[in-house]
Amino acid sequence: MLGILRQTVVAKLNHALNCEQGIGAVALRAYSSSSANKMTVRDAINSALDEEMSADPKVFMMGEEVGEYQGAYKITKGLLDKYGPERVVDTPITEAGFTGIGVGAAYHGLRPVVEFMTFNFSMQAIDHIINSAAKSNYMSAGQISVPIVFRGPNGAASGVGAQHSQCYAAWFGSCPGLKVLAPYSAEDARGLLKAAIRDPDPVVFLENELLYGESFPVSAETLDSSFCVPIGKAKIEREGKDVTIVAYSKMVGFSLQAADILAKEGINAEVINLRSIRPLDRSAVNASVRKTNRIVTVEEGFPQHGVGAEICATVVEDSFEYLDAPVERIAGADVPTPYAANIERMAFPQVEDIVRAAKRACYRSR
Amino acid sequence: MAKIIHNPLVLSSSRSAEKSESCCKLSGPTSFMSSKFLGNKLLSTNSATSPATRRSAAVVAVSSDVVKEKKLKSSSSLANLLITKEEGLVLYEDMILGRAFEDMCAQMYYRGKMFGFVHLYNGQEAVSTGFIKLLKQEDCVVSTYRDHVHALSKGVPARQVMSELFGKTTGCCRGQGGSMHMFSKEHNVLGGFAFIGEGIPVATGAAFTSKYKREVLKEDCDEVTLAFFGDGTCNNGQFFECLNMAALWKLPIVFVVENNLWAIGMSHLRSTSDPQIWKKGPAFGMPGVHVDGMDVLKVREVAQEAIGRARRGEGPTLVECETYRFRGHSLADPDELRDPAEKAHYATRDPITSLKKYLFENNLANEAELKAIDKKIDEIIEDSVEFADESPVPARNQLLENVFADPRGFGIGPDGKYRCEDPKFTQGTAQV
Repeated sequence: MLGILRQTVVAKLNHALNCEQGIGAVALRAYSSSSANKMTVRDAINSALDEEMSADPKVFMMGEEVGEYQGAYKITKGLLDKYGPERVVDTPITEAGFTGIGVGAAYHGLRPVVEFMTFNFSMQAIDHIINSAAKSNYMSAGQISVPIVFRGPNGAASGVGAQHSQCYAAWFGSCPGLKVLAPYSAEDARGLLKAAIRDPDPVVFLENELLYGESFPVSAETLDSSFCVPIGKAKIEREGKDVTIVAYSKMVGFSLQAADILAKEGINAEVINLRSIRPLDRSAVNASVRKTNRIVTVEEGFPQHGVGAEICATVVEDSFEYLDAPVERIAGADVPTPYAANIERMAFPQVEDIVRAAKRACYRSR
Repeated sequence: MAKIIHNPLVLSSSRSAEKSESCCKLSGPTSFMSSKFLGNKLLSTNSATSPATRRSAAVVAVSSDVVKEKKLKSSSSLANLLITKEEGLVLYEDMILGRAFEDMCAQMYYRGKMFGFVHLYNGQEAVSTGFIKLLKQEDCVVSTYRDHVHALSKGVPARQVMSELFGKTTGCCRGQGGSMHMFSKEHNVLGGFAFIGEGIPVATGAAFTSKYKREVLKEDCDEVTLAFFGDGTCNNGQFFECLNMAALWKLPIVFVVENNLWAIGMSHLRSTSDPQIWKKGPAFGMPGVHVDGMDVLKVREVAQEAIGRARRGEGPTLVECETYRFRGHSLADPDELRDPAEKAHYATRDPITSLKKYLFENNLANEAELKAIDKKIDEIIEDSVEFADESPVPARNQLLENVFADPRGFGIGPDGKYRCEDPKFTQGTAQV
């Protein structure tokens, strides 16, 4: 983020376009050894919901437009026809009310999946997420567990303005009693959502609107209906030895592209996909830093008190002697998201920012 | 359509219910809550002009026709009474338990055994007893921070509630919840919430589960949920959101407003554009009823109808109980804003005294039987204090317990294994 401010940015539109379109291609290269099956993140989430709802009649969906509209982003397409309106509940525009209803239903034995049209709207319901869901197992000393999943798109989309673009990973990630997940690929989305629905605790599942249409290759194992990804374990998307780049959600794609660019310059970057914001896989991050001795964290959210801040703190606390360079943090700009396309680009990390920070960590910047 | 007859009356300081013969009768069937009538069927209207009551103009008076008819008959034949002797004694015992418990809490607080926020229920016992004693164990109760007596009425043992207040590990929530967060899975007390209005959606969710179990899981389920909350909450958005959804989906819930006129120091009349809360029910398509919350028999009558409606699948009801808290908002509240005349007025309407009077007048119980109950309750309370005193405080390892139902939520430790598998973590000696 500091890099964005320091350098005069010349909008390299062509470069940007190449990056956006290149995400799919990069992902393919990263998974070069897996099967040829491809799945979009949207289908991954839809299939995960479908399978979990069919396996357990207590699972039900609740949210705005999830039923007849087939989902505001078409994630819940087909579920109403398959499971009926009692299990795919279209709600009025009452986030606080229906989130609370979901929590109450979870208290009493059901397994709700509450959809927020975007996580920005979760702020209207955040009292229920934190106070009645996250804290209840503790306050009741284990009597009342809350097996609920809150899911929806998080972070920036494209040109949607300040009130629709905030990333909530840091806010939810700081709260004890919650599990917070941020998938990147289709495999992540499927596995983590299934794990979340089966989990007896409240889970905040942060998707990303721009990733919904992205296709990723999936193995046969991923397509199996009992496939789950463990909560709390990060994934090493790309092995390397010179610098560690830690990211989650959309930024993983950008980091992989940056890693390719860095590879051409002789820097071999390791990219870690956190998958789980809470609990944070500190041991994976530290193990990686002890190998590469340099770290760059990337996130879309606001810089102060962000996820990157926590990762840097944890690395400094646990692996200080192993660091050969100061920790580098890249985050979104410390401003409400602007609307105009060119300055909106400046407000979020781009591939070139990641490349620049990684080079700085390797003492190779100009 | 039934006509509403208005007849402004001067209320003396005695209970509005006793003026039943001068109240207007509504033309129409006796059950005011039958689902055909959505609350347009309003009963008589009294305007309280007595300076002793701060309830200003157009307060809706009390009671259903059923109660009025029964009161008018002065015969003491048992068939006309509202309750049997056994029921009367159960109600009396429950109210005495609530009152004695709360008085003991005040004592213990001033002796330093209880700490933090403590909100006492003195004066409102009729509402808790009137409603909760009609429930089954599987029915749910959701309350606010003024929840000790709701928990007791629902069946949580006094020992467990007292221990919880003392912060001991034998409390109903092992000392982790406290005064404002009473939970009991066994007795279906789903909290205890500190935030105003937070419990209402949770209660609506429990009612949703009831309906879901019946319709989707095809279980034989007719559980009802009661949501208790105050007058201040009725201005909160979540309240209206839930009234809408409960009526929309016909959920088996009763919204019980304990209107004690004060939200800490904010008078209901200063904060609400239309102070008649029961009116907000019909606006959403459910009956809205006002009842004298200082009279346990009237509350019970109304509760029976409302709970019956919910059990039959006819949907929610909004019940506004006119009640009063004899003490301040909490034990830390100096209670300076309330008019002493108002407090004196409601003290004469003490629900326990009224029930006693009813039991004596109708020969349902005598002095000795009631004294025996008083004594029994005193012993229970003393025993609960002793039990709480002697109970241990939570052990170190309890700090990290119960954060997650699945403790792997604490993540992976530096050695690469899940933290919860490290024995030092569970004993509370690991560095976190």
